[in-house]
Amino acid sequence: MPNRVAIVGTGQTHHCTRRLDVNGVELIYEAVCRALEDAELKMKDIDGVIIGNMDHFEGINYVDCWSIDGSGGFGKPTMKLTTGGTTGSTLAIGGYHMVASGMFDKLMVIGWEKNSESDTTGAITTAFDPIWDRLVFAGAISGLAVEASVYMATFGVTERDAARVTVRDRRHACLNPYAHLRKEVTIEEVMNSPKLSDPLKLLDLCPRTDGACAVIFASEHVAEKICPKPAWVLGTANRHLYTYLGDADLVNLPSLRRAAQELYSKTGIREPLKQIDVMELYLPYSFAGLSWIEALGLCKPGEAPRLLWDGVTDLGGELPINPSGGVISCNPIGATGLIRCAEAALQIMGKADKRQVPDVKIALSTGFGGCFWSDILLYGAKKPQ
Amino acid sequence: MTAENQELLVMHSGEREQPFRYAVGRYGSKFFMELRDHKKILGIRCPKCKKVYVPPRQVCGPCFERMVDLVEVGPEGTLVGFTILRFQFVDPETGKPKPVPYGYGFIRFDGADNAFQHFMEIRDESKIRIGARMRAVFNEERKGTLADIRHFEVIG
Repeated sequence: MPNRVAIVGTGQTHHCTRRLDVNGVELIYEAVCRALEDAELKMKDIDGVIIGNMDHFEGINYVDCWSIDGSGGFGKPTMKLTTGGTTGSTLAIGGYHMVASGMFDKLMVIGWEKNSESDTTGAITTAFDPIWDRLVFAGAISGLAVEASVYMATFGVTERDAARVTVRDRRHACLNPYAHLRKEVTIEEVMNSPKLSDPLKLLDLCPRTDGACAVIFASEHVAEKICPKPAWVLGTANRHLYTYLGDADLVNLPSLRRAAQELYSKTGIREPLKQIDVMELYLPYSFAGLSWIEALGLCKPGEAPRLLWDGVTDLGGELPINPSGGVISCNPIGATGLIRCAEAALQIMGKADKRQVPDVKIALSTGFGGCFWSDILLYGAKKPQ
Repeated sequence: MTAENQELLVMHSGEREQPFRYAVGRYGSKFFMELRDHKKILGIRCPKCKKVYVPPRQVCGPCFERMVDLVEVGPEGTLVGFTILRFQFVDPETGKPKPVPYGYGFIRFDGADNAFQHFMEIRDESKIRIGARMRAVFNEERKGTLADIRHFEVIG
């Protein structure tokens, strides 16, 4: 049997467009210090470090070694995990696996990115096949635009429906001091923003962000001594389905649908809309806030616009999504999936301040990346049996 | 001495290049030779699930089966997803801004089960919709690269 694992501390930088006052190592240091402070631990208490980002954004290829001064990995087992856009959520799943193994009691998990240091779209394109996929592919925006075109044609969903997702996330972000874009936008502002890649407009999409996030995972033997109300990891699942973009099934993100089915069946979730109290989802663009919550089983395919317009996913609604403001408000890519994890944990711990959802018992976070693949994690307030 | 309230510097990585030399593999090479010499599009069939993939590759991922059965597909097909790129970004293949706008289509060749992505001709945007019939337009001078297909155009 694996050890039970909980999150006992989190730390984030104040994410923004460009942090010229710190280099990458110093940015990492900031998040690590905040996580230690949150858990009231010292670096000497930590027995291992895993860290990740997407190498090609900074052009530094051995981040695990290069970052050692800032990560606190001096003299400790330290390694890197990177899986593209899902890096942050893979770090969380990897951290869970390492502590569940019984070989680590207190593990520092770090995701970070300085997206200001290169051309994000050009860099993302280098994550795809050099012979077959790079000629026409234009980074995440183009792939997501194609997905949106298929979703709209399949279910008759509109650009206005998608704009409602941006409006929600940007409104929530105003309550989160760590979010990058903290200014509300209206449906009309989204609709009138410059068209980047049909049908996507500037305000349908996430920004590029500099930021880091650190999360401390602890084993069942120490978790409650460190944190009176830790966030227990109830289960994880992931799916990577394709190598080539042309192989992808573009309706309702099958990788997320399948990962969610596995996670729900492992953890006894039958009615996610009713049983889960809050979700922190890696939604890098507006249409994902419709299509992908259908993949998560919150409603039938094509029915998500109704949930959005009815306010079901707003703070105060039946199932608030992205109280943090989500990825549309903040996207330091290698950190992003881990920020979702940290924010879900904060909700369980009751430490989410102005963005707190009352009485959270079950929370879910996701990660998205690469060739339409997905990670998913479920957290609970109650120690699992 | 402290380092508050001062100018913050950014250093450029320099103009050096790091070109790569990628192996295309047996099936990929065959695809490009047939494209160059005969304007033919090759796919490959999985012996287990019977799906035909373009471009041809050695392994069917879902079945984890080795594939050997090359089949000709297209050059016509159906548009299954698309976008029109309107924002400028740096092309990692050239280091220069990619010319926009351009049409980016996912085309399912007749005889294939997956989609093939390429440029789309976009002079008449009203004709470009999911389900449209498309054909590959080949360059007169072909070098054995993906760009030997100039783009896809809507039929009719």
